[in-house]
Amino acid sequence: MAIDQATVRKIASLARIAISDAEAAAMEGELNGILGWVEQLGEVDVTGVEPMTAVIPNTLRLRDDVVDADPLTGGNRRDDILANAPAPQHGFFGVPKVIE
Amino acid sequence: MTELTNLTVAQIRDGHRAGEFSAVEVAEAFNANVAGAKALNAFIVETPDHAIAAAKTADADRAAGTLKPLSGVPIGMKDLFATSGVQTTAASHMLEGFVPRYESTVSAKLWDAGCGMLGKLNLDQFAMGSSNETSYFGNVISPWKRKDGGNAALAPGGSSGGSSSAIAARLCPAATGTDTGGSIRQPAAFTGISGIKPTYGRCSRWGIVAFASSLDQAGPMARDVRDCAIMLENMAGFDPKDATSLNMAVPNWEAALSSDLKGKTVGIPKEYRLEGIDPDIDAMWDAGIAMLKDAGAEVVEISLPHTKYALPAYYIIAPAEASSNLARYDGVRYGLRDLPEKAGLQDMYAATRADGFGPEVKRRIMIGTYVLSAGFYDAYYTQAQKVRTLIARDFEAAFGVCDVILAPTAPSAAFGLGEKTADPLSMYLNDVFAVPASLAGLPAMSVPAALNREGLPLGLQIIGKAFDEQGVLNAGLAIEERAGFNARAEKWW
Repeated sequence: MAIDQATVRKIASLARIAISDAEAAAMEGELNGILGWVEQLGEVDVTGVEPMTAVIPNTLRLRDDVVDADPLTGGNRRDDILANAPAPQHGFFGVPKVIE
Repeated sequence: MTELTNLTVAQIRDGHRAGEFSAVEVAEAFNANVAGAKALNAFIVETPDHAIAAAKTADADRAAGTLKPLSGVPIGMKDLFATSGVQTTAASHMLEGFVPRYESTVSAKLWDAGCGMLGKLNLDQFAMGSSNETSYFGNVISPWKRKDGGNAALAPGGSSGGSSSAIAARLCPAATGTDTGGSIRQPAAFTGISGIKPTYGRCSRWGIVAFASSLDQAGPMARDVRDCAIMLENMAGFDPKDATSLNMAVPNWEAALSSDLKGKTVGIPKEYRLEGIDPDIDAMWDAGIAMLKDAGAEVVEISLPHTKYALPAYYIIAPAEASSNLARYDGVRYGLRDLPEKAGLQDMYAATRADGFGPEVKRRIMIGTYVLSAGFYDAYYTQAQKVRTLIARDFEAAFGVCDVILAPTAPSAAFGLGEKTADPLSMYLNDVFAVPASLAGLPAMSVPAALNREGLPLGLQIIGKAFDEQGVLNAGLAIEERAGFNARAEKWW
């Protein structure tokens, strides 16, 4: 099914990407080209076929329920976590005002 | 003495161990090649001091008798691996200036094994591309030129194009790559080097900038099969920090290398014979079949009936996962923030992501968002995951009658920069032979096999059973020994 520019703008909004009208116009053609091509998957008979959930069979593990099980991913790393934040304030991530 | 930058990983390791040269001499020689090759744009950041420091440690360890497996070997690190204290960008504006406070598991293993880092290698932005033309930091140029009197700049392949270009140009003896739908194998084929994507889960994904997590897999790129085996041994291994990491011992792949294929059966997938393909590709494939027969293998035709659906399935699954993974770039926690005057939080997200992502990344996020959206999820995403099951079943059935599969790596030799950028679909089609093994999580490698009529390298691909990297490496070695590929790009940079 072909998508129009209104749909392109809707997808961009869902993806939180600002786009101009010119970009939406260009993307309409590109996305329709790609979506038209992938639609050939519809001709495959998948009756009784389960969608893949794990490419190599594996079981999910539980780690021991201890604090700081791995020093790399454990606690007390506030300054490391904030080190690359664009606008940290008072030991927190900073964001524009969201409540009036 | 041989030029140090012409040595392979094994030769550097063994020569250093035997006292033929110091690790510092090796690091200095490669640092000089890196510094002299700006025209290739293979590196985003150069780290000569890191290479020298590791080399000094290697020389001290040699004196103390405490050598490590890769002491004295300097390598390149794809700029998709987080490196502590060294900018890590995924070749994006979004992560420009991002300096991790931690080290990826794979890079940490390589440093622990004694390697030094020559620099962070350029790539397609967020590993999305097949030609290295989507990097925010400019195209990587292949050292190869067509022998047609022209001077066209050629693509080094992608996404690991900085890695392939740097190895082919002797800027590093080996490098890390990552492969989501061919990103190790296709660039290796384009530049006349070797590269292996191991079984999904062999190498930890922890600290690798995520693209499509059910497909992403790290692997080595180097000049020959032995070096790939050595590197992979030092990159692979169980990591509790990656939920899909395989809890299996790492085999001693190098020690078990053998090009004697007696008793092995090689499958030739008939669906990979594409109509209208470059005759040089088919000729190379036929030559490869003869080489494996010569090595003692039996050859049988096999069928992988869902091959033509692999690429369209991939271009639903990979963008879907990418749209989810890349939602983390919000201008709040790390990376770029674009805060227009009087903008609220939502406007900041949209502006940041519009500014921080390049066109190909946006395209894939948009496709992924669409195929996962309410009302379309089953028609696109669920259907693609079912087709993916069928593709994996095709391989399972084939491996009932053969041990490894032989096919071309890519449907063409390296193309010129700009030749395929106008049409995203024609670029995607270049991964037609590489993507099926990715969807099935299988180990696969590319080895250089021939030059085409334009004097450009072509690669043969070997696909193996899950966990059978050894079978893949051994068949690769059999081809390497018989193809005798020793062509290299003439220096112009």
